[in-house]
Amino acid sequence: MSLFKELTLQGLWKNNPGLVQLLGLCPLLAVTNTVINALGLGLATLLVLLGSNIVVSSIRSHVPNEIRIPIFVMIIATFVTAVQLLMNAFTFGLYQSLGIFIPLIVTNCAIIGRAEAFASKNAVLPSALDALMMGLGFLLVLLVLGALREILGQGSLFAGADLLLGSWASGLHLQLFQSDSHFLLAILPPGAFIGMGLLIALKNSIDQHYASKKVVNKGDIARARVTGSPQ
Amino acid sequence: MSFKIASSPHHHNRRSTASLMQLVAIACIPGIAVQAVFFGYGVLVQLVLAIATAWLAEAMILSLRHKAIRPRLMDHSALVTAVLLAVAIPPFAPWWLIVIGTAFAIIMVKQLYGGLGHNLFNPAMAAYVMLLISFPVQMTQWLPPLPLQSVTISPLDAICTIFTQFSCGGFSLSQMQLSVDGITLATPLDTLRTDLAQGLTLTESWQSPVYLSFAGSGWLWVNLAYLAGGLFLLQQKVITWRIPVAVLASLFVLTMLSWLASPDAFASPLFHLFSGGTMLAAFFIATDPVSASTTDRGRLWYGALIGLLIYLIRSFGGYPDAVAFAVLLANMCVPLIDYYTRPRTYGHKAKGATK
Repeated sequence: MSLFKELTLQGLWKNNPGLVQLLGLCPLLAVTNTVINALGLGLATLLVLLGSNIVVSSIRSHVPNEIRIPIFVMIIATFVTAVQLLMNAFTFGLYQSLGIFIPLIVTNCAIIGRAEAFASKNAVLPSALDALMMGLGFLLVLLVLGALREILGQGSLFAGADLLLGSWASGLHLQLFQSDSHFLLAILPPGAFIGMGLLIALKNSIDQHYASKKVVNKGDIARARVTGSPQ
Repeated sequence: MSFKIASSPHHHNRRSTASLMQLVAIACIPGIAVQAVFFGYGVLVQLVLAIATAWLAEAMILSLRHKAIRPRLMDHSALVTAVLLAVAIPPFAPWWLIVIGTAFAIIMVKQLYGGLGHNLFNPAMAAYVMLLISFPVQMTQWLPPLPLQSVTISPLDAICTIFTQFSCGGFSLSQMQLSVDGITLATPLDTLRTDLAQGLTLTESWQSPVYLSFAGSGWLWVNLAYLAGGLFLLQQKVITWRIPVAVLASLFVLTMLSWLASPDAFASPLFHLFSGGTMLAAFFIATDPVSASTTDRGRLWYGALIGLLIYLIRSFGGYPDAVAFAVLLANMCVPLIDYYTRPRTYGHKAKGATK
């Protein structure tokens, strides 16, 4: 149980691929202009990560150390191709709007990073769990950034939900406010960089807040020991 | 008699940041006045909005950073940023434009880099570029200058238009943009660009009423007023001559060369010097003490680079005026310029000198 807890905490917060490792920034910044694009790419990455981690972990004793990287890349590419074909078949609109960023999942360093750092050294079950949590952490960052940029840029949420979830989902589209002019900065890449920076700052300040609470307690004890008993 | 040993500087000037910034703001007044006369009183409303936003944003972020608020607000640097942005945007732009822009300038460009003295980019110009790429329509809605206005615009109309996009008489902004001839007028630089892109020659484009004097009606006077303000700053020794002279000289030489080579495809040097934001840029924006180069030779290079970029973007680029882009691009080069133009330290040999 403690392994489960540790891996969850690492993937979602402490070692989050988007906010802490800063891996996979290219798709992270490029496709988060709407929530649905972010959700689509996040799910695709999660699936690939899960598949590649399981396979890499299960063949880890047969892979010669010298050529492990090309083998990992081929495994990842296999899963990316499968996901790409699936998206092409079932969510064609989303497939078109994500464009080049689906095949580019192959080069997402978050995936090869997990294969190299975790799956190639651990058993199948922990590797699958690690992939799930890392993928979820990445997906969450994508979603938050996508929501931020979509609200600021277009004043809407879940625009184009039908592309991913089928025609019933077009009712999910929320128009929070109506404006004649879109805030283009939020939709363009600079908005992604600024939003990402603010998210990282928020995470760091939350961490600092909790760290400072702990330090204060320790400091009290240390001072009591140094100064001895009060007069 | 005591023999005090102190390190340099030995000669002190009692000037503080606050008094320098105050002088810069004062030197803007003639330019603002002329702009208000020719392009409507909207610029005054924008100024009030910008200054209020700048102070609020500065106070907010200073309190977040646990810094003393009062002394830093009183150094007037936020004021100058607000003034420069307010005079740069179209005077009848909607109120939220200047609020978003000023807040961005203070929070993102100035304070997130560490506050006054640490910012890499000129806050007002970075905010201008942000607004220009985010809201291209609102950022290009200049009214025709006073002699060409078809609708008389009262000071009260300025307030109505900025807050509701309609004048108190019910005219929309696009109606106010019509000239006496019923044609929507852009700025002279914009008109020139569009005409040249359509294959007209300069002489043909020159028929438009927007160029009443040689730099465009109104714009000439605005630029002359900023030139006067800039000369006042030079006389007060708030700025040195190097950056403004380098900007104007390089712009003059380059436009002169291309004008002599092809007078039908390139505007005259005088048009470039006295239209758009040239004088404002040369004396007030490029001379920002934080984001400009700090060595004497570096300042010449920095100014010349800005002049070159203004010429290139105006003549061949995608935007009619180029001041903001030129200044930001030159800001990026400042660390490099400073590195290669470090002055010789006393007692050391110049770099590359024979030993």
